[in-house]
Amino acid sequence: MTARVDGTIAPAIAAESIIKNFNHVHALRGASFEAFPGEVTALVGDNGAGKSTLVKILAGTLQPDGGTIRIDGREVTFADPVAATALGIETVYQDLALAPDLDAAANVFLGREIRRMHFFHDQAEMRRRTAKSFADLGVGLVQDLRVPVASFSGGQRQSVAIARAAMWARHVIMLDEPTAALGVIQTAKVLDLIRSIRDRGLAVVFISHNLPQVLEVADRIEVLRLGSRVARFRGGEVNVDQLIAAISGAFSNEVAA
Amino acid sequence: MSAQTPDGTDNAVAPASADTIGSRMRRVFTSPTFITFAFLLLVMVLFSVMAPGKFGTITNFKLLAQNVAILTVVSVGTTFVIATGGIDLSIPSGIVLGEVFAVKALSMIPVGGGTAVDLNADQSGIGYILIALAFSLAAGTLVGLINGVVVAYMRVPAMLATLGTLGGGLGVALLMQNGVNIATYAINPVSSASLLFGIPNLIIIAVIVAIVGIVMLNLSVFGRHTLAIGSSSEAARRVGIKVERHLVLVYTLGGFASGFGGFLSLGYFSTTSVAGHSTDNLQAITAVALGGTSLFGGVATVFGTIVGVWIPAILQNGFIIMGVQPYWQMVAVGAVLILAVWLDRIRRSSQGGR
Repeated sequence: MTARVDGTIAPAIAAESIIKNFNHVHALRGASFEAFPGEVTALVGDNGAGKSTLVKILAGTLQPDGGTIRIDGREVTFADPVAATALGIETVYQDLALAPDLDAAANVFLGREIRRMHFFHDQAEMRRRTAKSFADLGVGLVQDLRVPVASFSGGQRQSVAIARAAMWARHVIMLDEPTAALGVIQTAKVLDLIRSIRDRGLAVVFISHNLPQVLEVADRIEVLRLGSRVARFRGGEVNVDQLIAAISGAFSNEVAA
Repeated sequence: MSAQTPDGTDNAVAPASADTIGSRMRRVFTSPTFITFAFLLLVMVLFSVMAPGKFGTITNFKLLAQNVAILTVVSVGTTFVIATGGIDLSIPSGIVLGEVFAVKALSMIPVGGGTAVDLNADQSGIGYILIALAFSLAAGTLVGLINGVVVAYMRVPAMLATLGTLGGGLGVALLMQNGVNIATYAINPVSSASLLFGIPNLIIIAVIVAIVGIVMLNLSVFGRHTLAIGSSSEAARRVGIKVERHLVLVYTLGGFASGFGGFLSLGYFSTTSVAGHSTDNLQAITAVALGGTSLFGGVATVFGTIVGVWIPAILQNGFIIMGVQPYWQMVAVGAVLILAVWLDRIRRSSQGGR
């Protein structure tokens, strides 16, 4: 639906030749990656391919040893996750995303509370905005915004985390295996949510091991292998077998970096 | 384009339970704070019926409120520490150092032939009291600051870090006063006088501290971050909350409250008392746990802590008035404590939390 010819528009976020070493382990060896606004870009690869490392670098959690990060074509560096957040990049992790004892609104606004007289938080306003934002996203209303998110199911919690990211992300939202712990129905709901975020014009980066799921939701797919990008596909032009070939090293359409 | 989910709705998040008045009331009535509050009221009614004209009198309650005032102050501070999932065993050290620092400061102010320590209550003035207050607060704050740095930055488990400052602080207090408690009447007006409607100052101070605690925990961003860290420090860190710095602030607040408790204690008992506060930490933790604050962090209630302060006090007072051996109070408090925490655990596991 959002067909785009690569190159006519600057990527919302781009990594160029990123290098990251952990002592003697070369986690990323000149890895590149691009995600465009209004698209879901899936990042796939085998365990140890460097997906999570790359996302952590794009989220500001890790600092690269070499290479360039660009936001809308402009070179940036992230000293910490807050710097990435300030540029409109939000990341959702598979776990530990929410404070289980706080309610949904408190979690959505955690660290970014609406304040009154600087010292107090404005819980009523935060609840109101959370309810509105959830409704806009089609995250079916958490009608009971007062209960701790601990009482939600795993899928509901993940939806709150993704909706929070969608509320704050202005450019890019990165999801690190958001459905790994979810059941079938909950996964479908989360994928719907991802599509609705994409349709708002954000660049969505989606990491998953589940290739059918990737093919279902992704507009573009980039494949990492042994720390660098080995293949790029458009969503409709690839099947599971081709993806597996790329992930395992049997296929590459990438000029060596 | 968006696929319909199997159950035909677009709702990614269904309500855990409808936010009806019924469910909200159920939540309130099954909360540990409510249960212990109900227990407190029940006990008070029982004592009033069984000891008519003795227990349920204004005089008795004034006395009780004064007796629990200092524990109230330190327990409010401890509530914040426990809300982060931490613990503060060093409360006695903060209190005693608060007393000793104040006394030492007064003893360095020459008045007439002696020093300000030797002043009687009616010779003392607001200046001496403020100096004593400043030194008490400084002592407690210092203990809290050390706790915070050791716990947050040196990553020593809170129980051991505060056990260290408990012993260390009491040792310093003994060194400073050469092992002998020092008496002073200079700051007695703090506790003996009344600035408002004949209500003893100690009670007014405790009420103010409780209100400030409730407001801070529930309505302030500081309180929200405190609970968030207790609930999941990793989640708090990821949204940019400076977890270590916040923990230092919370432990410092706890120490500040202890130092203030020391100041009030010096005013109330007219002497430093190194041995006299040795179980204040356990009493405060008991009060906090009785009130429904989770020792795992993330869930805390200052109002509950106030209830938790009053239960042991009421039981002891009632037993004495009725001529029951007051030692039964210790047995009763122990049983109620275990019961309250057990009920809380059941409730949490039933709602899928921790």
